[in-house]
Amino acid sequence: MATITGGAAAATPVPRPAAHPPSNRRRRETRAALVFLAPAALGFLVFFAWPTLRGLYLSLTDYDLLTAPEFSGLDNYRTLIHDDVFWNSLWVTLEYVVINIGVQTVVALALAVLMHRLTQSTVIRGVLLLPYLISNVVVALVWYWMADFNLGLINQGMDWIGLDRIGFFGDENWAIPTIALVNVWRHMGYTALLIFAGLQAINRDVYEAAAVDGANERRIFFGITLPLLRPVLALVLIITVIGSWQIFDTVAVTTKGGPVDATRTVQVYIYDQAFTRFNFGYASAISVALFLILAFVAFAQLRLMRAGESDQS
Amino acid sequence: MTAVAQPAAPAPQDAPRRTRLRPGGRRRPLNPGRLLAWAVLLLFLLVTIAPFLWMLRTALSNNRSLFTEPNSPLPVDFTWGPLQRVFGTASTEEAQAEGGSGASLHFWVYLRNSLIVSTLITVGQVFFSACAAYAFARLSWPGRDKVFFVFLTALMVPPVFTMLPNFVLIKELGLLNTYPGIVAPFFFMTPFAVFFLRQFFLGINRELEEAAMIDGAGYYRIFFRIILPASSAPLATLGILTFINAWNEYFWPNLVGQKDGVRVLTVALSAFRTATPNTGPDWAGLMAAALVAAVPTMLVFLAFGRKIINSIQFTGVK
Repeated sequence: MATITGGAAAATPVPRPAAHPPSNRRRRETRAALVFLAPAALGFLVFFAWPTLRGLYLSLTDYDLLTAPEFSGLDNYRTLIHDDVFWNSLWVTLEYVVINIGVQTVVALALAVLMHRLTQSTVIRGVLLLPYLISNVVVALVWYWMADFNLGLINQGMDWIGLDRIGFFGDENWAIPTIALVNVWRHMGYTALLIFAGLQAINRDVYEAAAVDGANERRIFFGITLPLLRPVLALVLIITVIGSWQIFDTVAVTTKGGPVDATRTVQVYIYDQAFTRFNFGYASAISVALFLILAFVAFAQLRLMRAGESDQS
Repeated sequence: MTAVAQPAAPAPQDAPRRTRLRPGGRRRPLNPGRLLAWAVLLLFLLVTIAPFLWMLRTALSNNRSLFTEPNSPLPVDFTWGPLQRVFGTASTEEAQAEGGSGASLHFWVYLRNSLIVSTLITVGQVFFSACAAYAFARLSWPGRDKVFFVFLTALMVPPVFTMLPNFVLIKELGLLNTYPGIVAPFFFMTPFAVFFLRQFFLGINRELEEAAMIDGAGYYRIFFRIILPASSAPLATLGILTFINAWNEYFWPNLVGQKDGVRVLTVALSAFRTATPNTGPDWAGLMAAALVAAVPTMLVFLAFGRKIINSIQFTGVK
């Protein structure tokens, strides 16, 4: 076992059983590893590696799902550059991401700090997490009902305080903010919990010292909590932003891309092209574009936020 | 996550004080700032809970009467009708009398399908990922770390990118509208599951393994008798999370499992919504259906809440 690099291995030099000479044992171990790895490797090759390559290839073809794909070079990408609906979908998605992530991060940070300072209650954390465990489809439907123009609870409330009713999902200007906020509701507790874990990892001595120096709550938050939390926040942002770019379920259940193209996000557009217009090659080209955007976003965020290091050092 | 069990962190401004100490823990005086903070936290809790209550309230209302008391916090004209419509036990006349469409719905079937699909995915994914994690964490073989790195790269690929070609593959294999087709892409592994379990397997004490080996146990016995039992807690956690994710998945089953016989709850719910007319929709029926889809995950959460919370905090700290 001397070849294992794991931490625990080095500490216990146990003599090998004499029955198996080292080379024999190595062979047996490799063979066992292959057997253990086989199903996962099959899954990886068939459902991750192969479709990735195939997706790249399909993006270079004309394919309607019925006849064989026909190689068309970069045609799909040329069309893509001049496709207004695609550019619109990028803007719509960006608007969604900015509202969704902006509000969600602030709310989650506030919730995390509140929980950290007020209570350790598992029940409270559990309640806040609950929406995250419910399917997007259910969440979308419940809010679709709550935000209904005629009978929805929210518009009833708006009436009551004397505001005009709003067609939350039906109005071009309101649809994306509404969908973004619905998903803030679903994810805020989850995100808060991630940040909360980061808060618990901050050494209490730092707070004690600040208190001795007479710092007030505001200064403690901006001077200590936020800087020390940066690595956790960076990680949380990368995870949530990448998830946010792939918004689909909520739109599919509520507005289906409308009114006009107001909620036709990139993934909704990919779905439309592939499964309602059967431009499978073109849909693949859009998903390549989405893939590149996501890779770029992740890379840029890592660089900008220097995710690995905290200000502490 | 030992910190979870510890008492609350003392607030910096908390000088030693005269207020009485509760036997279980410390109590801080409620100054206006803390009172406001509690108010905000409670408001968020209310915002989190309210939609669930509203869903329940609507699901137990008579759809025809909903408009008479749109603000009432209690079910309007209480009835089991919406739930009966969803499970297809209401007759067409009964359904139409309460504002349903009268179309028969089979949520028992969808509930069964969701259970089958989620269970298959959970069992397959957790077991095969555990096998792979064992090979990566406890066995030594040439190229191991390189292969592990390649596995992890799959984390970077957005699901929609692989879903389109996977759809073509499932179609070519003739598995559209079958359980295997819905389950397949999630059945053998996910990079996250392998990574998650490998972390735990790395920490298992090697002495047990060595002792078993001296007793003549092979790798398979060690895996089943030592590694798996020693990791029952993380395996359970991963299983719960996998089950909930599989239960909530919409995009993939919507592509490959549209037929009634294999349709899962999320897909059925979305189809029900699409079939609902825009004028005078059956809100009560829709909310009853949503409730049916939400209750199983809520039950899982009630049973294993603490485990789920801790595991999410664990991934946050990583």
